[in-house]
Amino acid sequence: MGTVVIRQGRVIDPSQGIDRVADLVIRDGVVLQIGPWDGPADLEIDAAGMIVAPGLIDMHVHFREPGNEQSETIATGAAAALAGGFTSVACMPNTEPAIDTREAAEFVYLQADRAGYCRVYPVGAVTKQRAGRELAEMGQLVEGGAVAFSDDGSPVESAEIMRRALQYTRMFDRAILNHPEVLDLTKGGVMNEGFTSMRLGLPGMPAVAEEIMVSRDILLAADTDGKLHLQHLSTAGSVELVRSAKRRGIRVTAEVCPHHLALTDEALESFDPVFKVNPPLRTRRDVDALIEGLCDGTIDVIASDHAPHAPALKELELDRAPFGMIGLETMLPICIKTLIEPGHLDWMELIRKLTINPARVLGIDRGTLRPGAEADVTVINPEVTWTIDPERFRSKSRNCPFAGWTVRGRAEYVFVAGELRYRAEAEPPQLAELKR
Amino acid sequence: MATEVSGPAKSTELWTRRHLLDLEHLEPWEIEAILDTASAFREVSERSRKKVPALQGKVVVNLFFEPSTRTRTSFSLAAKRLSADTVDFTVSSSSMAKGETFIDTAKNIEAMGVDIMVVRHQTPGTPHILARKLQCSVINAGDGGHEHPTQALLDVFTIREVKGRIRGLTVGLIGDIAHSRVARSNIWALKKLGAHVIVCGPPTLIPRSITKLDVEIAYSLDEILPRCDVLNVLRIQFERQRGGLFPSIQEYFALYGVTEERLRRAKDDVLLLAPGPINRGIELTPGVADGEHSAVLRQVTNGLAVRMAVLYLVSGGQPRSAAE
Repeated sequence: MGTVVIRQGRVIDPSQGIDRVADLVIRDGVVLQIGPWDGPADLEIDAAGMIVAPGLIDMHVHFREPGNEQSETIATGAAAALAGGFTSVACMPNTEPAIDTREAAEFVYLQADRAGYCRVYPVGAVTKQRAGRELAEMGQLVEGGAVAFSDDGSPVESAEIMRRALQYTRMFDRAILNHPEVLDLTKGGVMNEGFTSMRLGLPGMPAVAEEIMVSRDILLAADTDGKLHLQHLSTAGSVELVRSAKRRGIRVTAEVCPHHLALTDEALESFDPVFKVNPPLRTRRDVDALIEGLCDGTIDVIASDHAPHAPALKELELDRAPFGMIGLETMLPICIKTLIEPGHLDWMELIRKLTINPARVLGIDRGTLRPGAEADVTVINPEVTWTIDPERFRSKSRNCPFAGWTVRGRAEYVFVAGELRYRAEAEPPQLAELKR
Repeated sequence: MATEVSGPAKSTELWTRRHLLDLEHLEPWEIEAILDTASAFREVSERSRKKVPALQGKVVVNLFFEPSTRTRTSFSLAAKRLSADTVDFTVSSSSMAKGETFIDTAKNIEAMGVDIMVVRHQTPGTPHILARKLQCSVINAGDGGHEHPTQALLDVFTIREVKGRIRGLTVGLIGDIAHSRVARSNIWALKKLGAHVIVCGPPTLIPRSITKLDVEIAYSLDEILPRCDVLNVLRIQFERQRGGLFPSIQEYFALYGVTEERLRRAKDDVLLLAPGPINRGIELTPGVADGEHSAVLRQVTNGLAVRMAVLYLVSGGQPRSAAE
């Protein structure tokens, strides 16, 4: 594989506290050094004006394979991830059948390997068939490479099952990623309950439905000392609950999605099902609280909750259309727009929440440019301006709420284990040529 | 009984809307223009020859995804009185389950050469989406719990006809505010025309955020009765509720049922409206429904004139030349 030198970029690696202009040298697939390089190179990239970061990690995606390949496959999802700057993703187990066995987890690795885009880590189901009744064979799933457990798409509804799952997974030090929602309180709902839902006559999903389960899960985490990660927080009340839990020393981490930072429930005024997502888009007050939570470290991770749905499904009426938005190919610029441009986060903090923090939650040795680490690297052009056009996406689906937005920033070069897998100038057909 | 003198529309502005999707986004003058136009058509329906040629050669389709007899018949008859050709399509949701989307269904019908599509659907916003996807005009005949513009227009038309004005009146909307499209459209129309609106029902049926629309919330019907010039008694929308929002029909009737006895607390000239179909014995007693204050049948008659006005305006007619 030889030597790759990424010259004179602004190297930002939160795992080592590095933020300086330097050469990044990769040899035989691993990081050799961050510093001047005068030796020979097989590939040189001029990264002047660009940011050189550890390969980005999205710990919350839905690739629909097996079962709903018309919406996304592991290959198309991984291609979308790579184009978005992600070298590792963790895919949720709500496929058909669910990823609830060792073989199912191994299948994800197999398909990702065949596709050859980015790394795809399976998240195993907490319960058999995600039915919420019996724990899945978690030990076997760990053997098959599951990096965490979740019944996402649904919450772990039973407090007893959640308590046992948090206890049982302590022996693997794997996290339970829970989707906090009390289903009783959201039944039939399509959007946030509030002034806008009242005006539009749409059934609402109250913030308290999320907050009750956030609260329950925090108490169970404290009780069990299990490793709890709360998915896609969307309300001001949830942020406050996690903040106070962390202050009390309870082991809990949390994530937020870019669409909950960029949009509010007023987007539903268009009645367009592209804005139907669970948890729902909330109010300006909630958005402000989520940003505050990112700033003070209450929220550790930004994740896309990339939820592809074939176009015909989003042509249904609002109450029949499925929840979910795609996000892998817009995550970086939407984070720039909502967090960097207004000055809420600096690049170091943003990259932390997209690299080392999710790596730690998942317990994977990624998200760092430490010498000796496998060289997953994302070179970000922070200034280039472009217009979001879902028709050009690598994802199979088009349910993107940001179509037509003019945004700044994109992944320019993406390396996985030292191999250049993606460059932005290239159109999709050439992407395939970069495969192994 | 005072009667509004109907002349040419007071506004000199031109009607430009091709759709009627909701009342929230209408200007007050536009609502008045519809009412003035309806007044002109009201006279037509009293002639022996009840037809005018305004929509001759046009095709009006009633595309109903939800069962309705009254509204569909009213729109049909209104279109016929304007000399349009009319077709009714009632699409059951079971046939939709076979894979065709509502957009496909509407596009297929439009392809037969449709000028105006009157849409009723159980999901909010469906007419709005169709207005973006189709070339023809779209009229919302009720979309889930969102709006029912022509129902509210005929309600305010009836109030204006009986009371001679809207501004300064106190109107009580009674019952299931949370799930009622009639409530929302009434609030927009009444507020834009200067009425004071009280919404009255159990807290489980009244979203708190409704106060942001500058309406008063009341939980006691007996307390507000003496203040109301108009009572609009809404139907309990059992089909749109999650259930369990009040303990029993008997208790609901005890607290909010409009009875002859209760009406004695009201003003002598209180006007009673009810958008059909009413659940007799739940929201109001038969005696009240058929009693001296009730304008239930007048509402139906006026509904025809209001729907003629709306069909006429969205197809390019101007308020001042109506019924000529």
